Amino acid sequence: MIGFGQSRTAFTDAGRVVPASGYSAVLTAATAAAMAFLAVFALALSVSAGQLAQRWSQTLSQSATLRLSAPESELSAQTATVLEVLRTTPGIISTRILETDEQRALLEPWFGPDLPVEDLVLPRMIEIIEAPEGFDAQGLRLRLSTEVPGAVLDDHTRWRRPLVAAAGSLRGLAWVSIALLAGTMAAMITLAAGFSLAANAQVIRVLRLVGARDTFIARAFVRRITLLALVGSLAGTVLGMLAFAVLPVDGGAGFLTGLGFSGATWLVPLIIPPLSALIAWGATRAAAFRVLRRAG
Amino acid sequence: MIRLANVTHDYGGRALLRGVDLHIAPGSFFFLTGPSGAGKSTLIKLCYGELKAKSGRIDLFGRDLATMTRDGLADTRKRVGVIHQDCKFLDHLTLAENVALPFIATGRPVPEADLRELLEWVGLAHHADALPPTLSGGERQRAALARAVIMTPDIVLADEPTGNVDWEMSQRLLSLLVELNRGGTAVMIATHDLNLIRNAKSQVASRTLRIADNTLQLAGAEL
Repeated sequence: MIGFGQSRTAFTDAGRVVPASGYSAVLTAATAAAMAFLAVFALALSVSAGQLAQRWSQTLSQSATLRLSAPESELSAQTATVLEVLRTTPGIISTRILETDEQRALLEPWFGPDLPVEDLVLPRMIEIIEAPEGFDAQGLRLRLSTEVPGAVLDDHTRWRRPLVAAAGSLRGLAWVSIALLAGTMAAMITLAAGFSLAANAQVIRVLRLVGARDTFIARAFVRRITLLALVGSLAGTVLGMLAFAVLPVDGGAGFLTGLGFSGATWLVPLIIPPLSALIAWGATRAAAFRVLRRAG
Repeated sequence: MIRLANVTHDYGGRALLRGVDLHIAPGSFFFLTGPSGAGKSTLIKLCYGELKAKSGRIDLFGRDLATMTRDGLADTRKRVGVIHQDCKFLDHLTLAENVALPFIATGRPVPEADLRELLEWVGLAHHADALPPTLSGGERQRAALARAVIMTPDIVLADEPTGNVDWEMSQRLLSLLVELNRGGTAVMIATHDLNLIRNAKSQVASRTLRIADNTLQLAGAEL
């Protein structure tokens, strides 16, 4: 009676038929880690740009301003007409005529605190608070142009549009980066798999000789490389997330305010490791079957 | 089981085998001889589908090799045991794992009792945990034999199995193969060792084929 001691491992772990490949395995995992680390930053950019665009469009679109210029004598009458028009426009919650003090405060940055606002012929400003669904600015403009030609509606679109567009292209760039990272990852894994398959040509010949099907041989390689990519990208993702958690990227006010993750968006980068594993799985599988079929 | 009809093969345009007809019936015992480079290994490889014929037809267990899928071909390997001169082991696996490889590679549970018995039969039970590179040539050849027969194949094809071992060991390998043949397994041994063939004549009713002038001929009584 003889025991099998250490010889039993491949009996239950078929993955052992492919020998471990020291440094190329380390390189594969390290590259996956680097890709994942970069992907965390690209994702952060995408998430932040999305939030930025949303914030800008929300805050600026919840209100609009109407400017009414009219001779002093007609101002009150026209104001009343305008308010009536606004009252009957769907999508407007409330309106409010800006006080002289508020107008002074608005003009102060340009003209200084001592401006005698009372002596100026200033247009009347009416603040409009929109319902969440918004109102038909174009329709309102048309109606005002016939009823009160001196009224000009500013719904902030011309301020908002370039800002939202900028945030949108930032987001697009982030997604392009993520796609490039995924493509590079696929290419890198294909190369690593190709190297591994070439280095193990003899192993593949022996396995074919003893009756292994292509799927069995491919699985041994796919399993190993997918696992390396998963472990590597998990490490890279965690490091990337730690960087955002620790580094002071939330640098006060300004364009980059809020770059990073907050709340539920912290969950977004967690998609990177499974996605890397999926890419590795697909790339290795394709490479393995290509090599096996060519081997004849 | 294996039938070659008018098979031709060449290497890089140079004709190696022409018009080969061969039928290996169940329980038969063949020697295949001829000078080095005559095409013995090529013929063996044609027989188990590692090489494809340039023309002619090869049937493995009644199925045309030319139309067989890769999976279909893989599945025939459990019915064909192959022994190479260089053994072809996975050097990072132990001897027991290598011998059990046909089971592992096809996802079947390893029958450990059978494996133990087989290793005892080839006299390697005490080397179960050894790595192939640490074994002697004769031990490796016997391990290759064990791996070739672990799936109880219908035929064993051996390419120069005694090429790297001394006379005593080659006799021992031969007697193992003869014993296998008595159990009903067909055997074909490619060898240039005429002494081995002469010695076998007393143990088994064998036929000797010779490759000469690119063709396969039945060798006469001169052996």
